[in-house]
Amino acid sequence: MRFIPATDAEIREMLATVGVEQVSDLFDVIPDQFRLRRPLSLPRALSEWELTRDMAGLARRNEGVEYASFLGAGAYRHVSSVVIDALIARSEFLTAYTPYQPEVSQGTLQAIFEFQGFVCELLGMEVANASVYDAASGLAEACLMADRALRRKARKRVVVSETVHPEYRRVVSTYLEHSGIEVEVVPVGEGGVTDWERLSAAVARGASGVVVQSPNYFGIVEDLRRAREAATEAGGLLIVAVAEPVSLGLLEPPGGFGADIVVAEGQSFGIPLSFGGPYVGLFATRDRYVRSMPGRVAGATVDRAGETGFVLTLATREQHIRREKATSNICTNQALCALAATIHLALLGKRGLEQVARQNLSQATWMKRAVSRLEGFEVPFEGPTFNEFVVRSREVPVADLLERLEARRILAGVPLGTDYPHLEDCWLLTVTETATRSDMERLVSALEEEGRK
Amino acid sequence: MKGSSELKFTKEHEWVRVEGESAVVGITDHAQEALGDVVYLELPEIGDTFEKGDVFGVVESVKTTSDLYAPVGGTVEAVHETLVDNCSLVNEDCYGEGWMVRIKMADPGELGSLMDQEAYEKYLAEEAD
Repeated sequence: MRFIPATDAEIREMLATVGVEQVSDLFDVIPDQFRLRRPLSLPRALSEWELTRDMAGLARRNEGVEYASFLGAGAYRHVSSVVIDALIARSEFLTAYTPYQPEVSQGTLQAIFEFQGFVCELLGMEVANASVYDAASGLAEACLMADRALRRKARKRVVVSETVHPEYRRVVSTYLEHSGIEVEVVPVGEGGVTDWERLSAAVARGASGVVVQSPNYFGIVEDLRRAREAATEAGGLLIVAVAEPVSLGLLEPPGGFGADIVVAEGQSFGIPLSFGGPYVGLFATRDRYVRSMPGRVAGATVDRAGETGFVLTLATREQHIRREKATSNICTNQALCALAATIHLALLGKRGLEQVARQNLSQATWMKRAVSRLEGFEVPFEGPTFNEFVVRSREVPVADLLERLEARRILAGVPLGTDYPHLEDCWLLTVTETATRSDMERLVSALEEEGRK
Repeated sequence: MKGSSELKFTKEHEWVRVEGESAVVGITDHAQEALGDVVYLELPEIGDTFEKGDVFGVVESVKTTSDLYAPVGGTVEAVHETLVDNCSLVNEDCYGEGWMVRIKMADPGELGSLMDQEAYEKYLAEEAD
């Protein structure tokens, strides 16, 4: 549906029908003493020319856009096609509201349906929703869902590995703070992976959910078979988070290991970095838990003429029907970002995604080897990594090092000390398919020069 | 109203038919009418125990999802499993084939707090106002 503002003539006609003289009459209910009698304190409106010039000036103040970037840790620079913007800019998609009325929203609903199908295939799961805001809030929803899905067998407790992204864990804690569900974090073990012994001990008391991430925050692929065992021991659900789903172009998806709920960050699929958002959360589960799953779901059905059509389904679990017993307080999705991800995945296809994943792996592997050969640096963890890995700076403090590299227009990675004090001499280095050979060589020479005191 | 005089009723529109020390439970004609077409039922398992007033299941229709409340406390000794695959029976024959669970009563005295048919009909008439 297109949005075209009402003309003056139409406004006059509407006012006449309603029976008032002017628009301000519609606000008669507001007592006089609460009415603003002066203009709003805003600068004067700018012309299109002035505005464009001002915004361009602001944009020029962005540094780092042209720098060589090796940043990751939950948000990844990847190649995406111009086709995405061209399609999502269509007004039918750009300005569409929630498709409550299927008779005027078949395009939106079909796109959501296809998106859900992609998510199921990618994550190896049976049913997916229309998307959530991002992986962090999606993970929080998954923890609430696990407890809810167990009904009378709910343990009011989730056990989370410390190798899950620190920001995801903070959001989970915020959401669960007043839910009556305890969150226990199992400290990271040797080698930068989940400490399975300690996790096992932690689940001995029972838990509604066991939460792990793979590849984990340090870029290392976790042993999801052990995670599945732990969840079974706990009498709860296995919840797996995936921060970098491009890894699934090569790795067996969590569904293949018996995950009960999988949440992934969809930003890697055609969503720009945008200084942190908007991103899109992929959320999938098993059929048997579908009624406990939060979020919107688009379904396929037939109309009375026998034609295939799409509708929002399982709506009676939602906010506007169930209120405090709803599956979530969220009653929306990230439609435009989900659409961008869908187009991106459709353009890549399975083979394309595999190729991108291979490029990421081979570039990162090259870098890992190059860095470990440098005096002054080492790669402390041995586990298999995808496109990011931890580097320890033996001589120069990480903060200084990263600053010096930034002065050389290189963003070398994300420091780990704030979230993992015992790793304060380390940072996370990410290499995607977007790193050029010359950027990579530049980083290695810069590290060689700056890495010694 | 369909049904029979030996049934007891709750304010949440469940009915109870006493069979010895057990109570068979379902939802009333008023409830099924208000819900519309029932599409899904979540019922407990045999052996589950409930207190009077606890939520023992969920009934989902095309327009809403409602909790089912235990009219009396006790242990579930039978569950109408096949009803889940034929939930239209809840609309078509709510007092007969629409039965949901049979509870072995912990305290038959709780039946005293339920309404008989006349009281329930009166309650419905008042609610309608």
